[in-house]
Amino acid sequence: MIQARNYVKAESIQQAYELNQNRGTQIVAGMLWLKMGKRTKTTLLDLSGLELSYIRENEEEFSIGAMTTLRDLETHPALNEVFDGVFRECTKHIVGVQFRNLATIGGSVFGRFGFSDILTCLLALDTYVEFFHEGMVPLAEFAKRTPSVKERDLLLRIVIKKDGRKAAYQSQRLTKTDFPQIAVCVAKKEETWFVSVGARPERAECIQLTDSGDVAAMAAKAAASFSYRSNLRASEEYRKALTQVYGKRAMCQILEGDQG
Amino acid sequence: MKIQFVLNGKKITAEAEPSTTLYTFLRDLGCLSVKCGCETANCGLCTVLLDGKSVLSCSVLAGRVDGSEVCTLEGLQQEAEELGGFLAAEGGEQCGFCSPGFLMNAIAMLREWKEPDEESIKEYMAGNLCRCSGYMSQLRALTKYVAYKKEGH
Repeated sequence: MIQARNYVKAESIQQAYELNQNRGTQIVAGMLWLKMGKRTKTTLLDLSGLELSYIRENEEEFSIGAMTTLRDLETHPALNEVFDGVFRECTKHIVGVQFRNLATIGGSVFGRFGFSDILTCLLALDTYVEFFHEGMVPLAEFAKRTPSVKERDLLLRIVIKKDGRKAAYQSQRLTKTDFPQIAVCVAKKEETWFVSVGARPERAECIQLTDSGDVAAMAAKAAASFSYRSNLRASEEYRKALTQVYGKRAMCQILEGDQG
Repeated sequence: MKIQFVLNGKKITAEAEPSTTLYTFLRDLGCLSVKCGCETANCGLCTVLLDGKSVLSCSVLAGRVDGSEVCTLEGLQQEAEELGGFLAAEGGEQCGFCSPGFLMNAIAMLREWKEPDEESIKEYMAGNLCRCSGYMSQLRALTKYVAYKKEGH
């Protein structure tokens, strides 16, 4: 469990940003991963009072505050309607409702965890992250950065463009609420497929494929594009095989949706 | 630090250390229905309602509830009594250790969904582990309770 001398509920984003420039400060979002470590910090910085919990929609995009919970993503009707239920699908296996009422999208994205269903899902969509100091950055670019204690900026919101992508999410777990053995999110816009694969067990990455009309061949090509590793949950070979299977299923799901 | 919040309908002011979890804080305030099981945010034993939503009190810092409303089973005795009767009748209690967390999450579910079907119940209650593996008894209890309420009781 994390230990600290002070607990500060930030009253403004500027105040939170300034406090966070000190390496002794630790931002507290959902606390779920943070509590698993044994760290000692000077200050725990609570962002829950900054009104960063929201899902807003306009004609061009969804804007999601960094403190929005995974349960909010799971149950938001418009977000799931526009993106074919992928947010419901990628969140519903994450532990339990009580967990998802705490875990935040900001914590999931900023942590860039290898097991993250959320990062896998967002990478297949046209997603951006907005920081207080740095401004807007494509999620794919941010996801490639190695997490470091030197990162002291504040993640304010996640923006998902409504660019007409159709999407589908597939994952496999050893038990219902465990981390995924593999997580696959596929999206399609016109003749381009976006295939994001996480829990390899490395953090998610997304590749693009031009539609060849042959779903099996495209799924095989996608699966061959990623690197995999073995761990207690699955072997490297198994993960690659699963990616091909779930990639194909997700592609078929999107094509069936187009026909239906 | 000083924390002011509403606990089971009563205004409370209490002191807590910055790293104190809500679980410890509530136990110290006498809410002994709140149990700690895994401490890894997996088992659901420590479930309480924070501003009406079920959360894991082992994973919330006490400071977070300043200005909020918290409900434990002690504050929901009436609401839980009838449902607890169904749980007992179906043998869903067994050792009883998971029952408070189970009832808290079940109450949150029934406030959100009036008539959940079996699959919805399984999905909503997935975060409540039972060390006696009494899952089928718990499912029967909830299904029968939902049907009982549907009849207008």
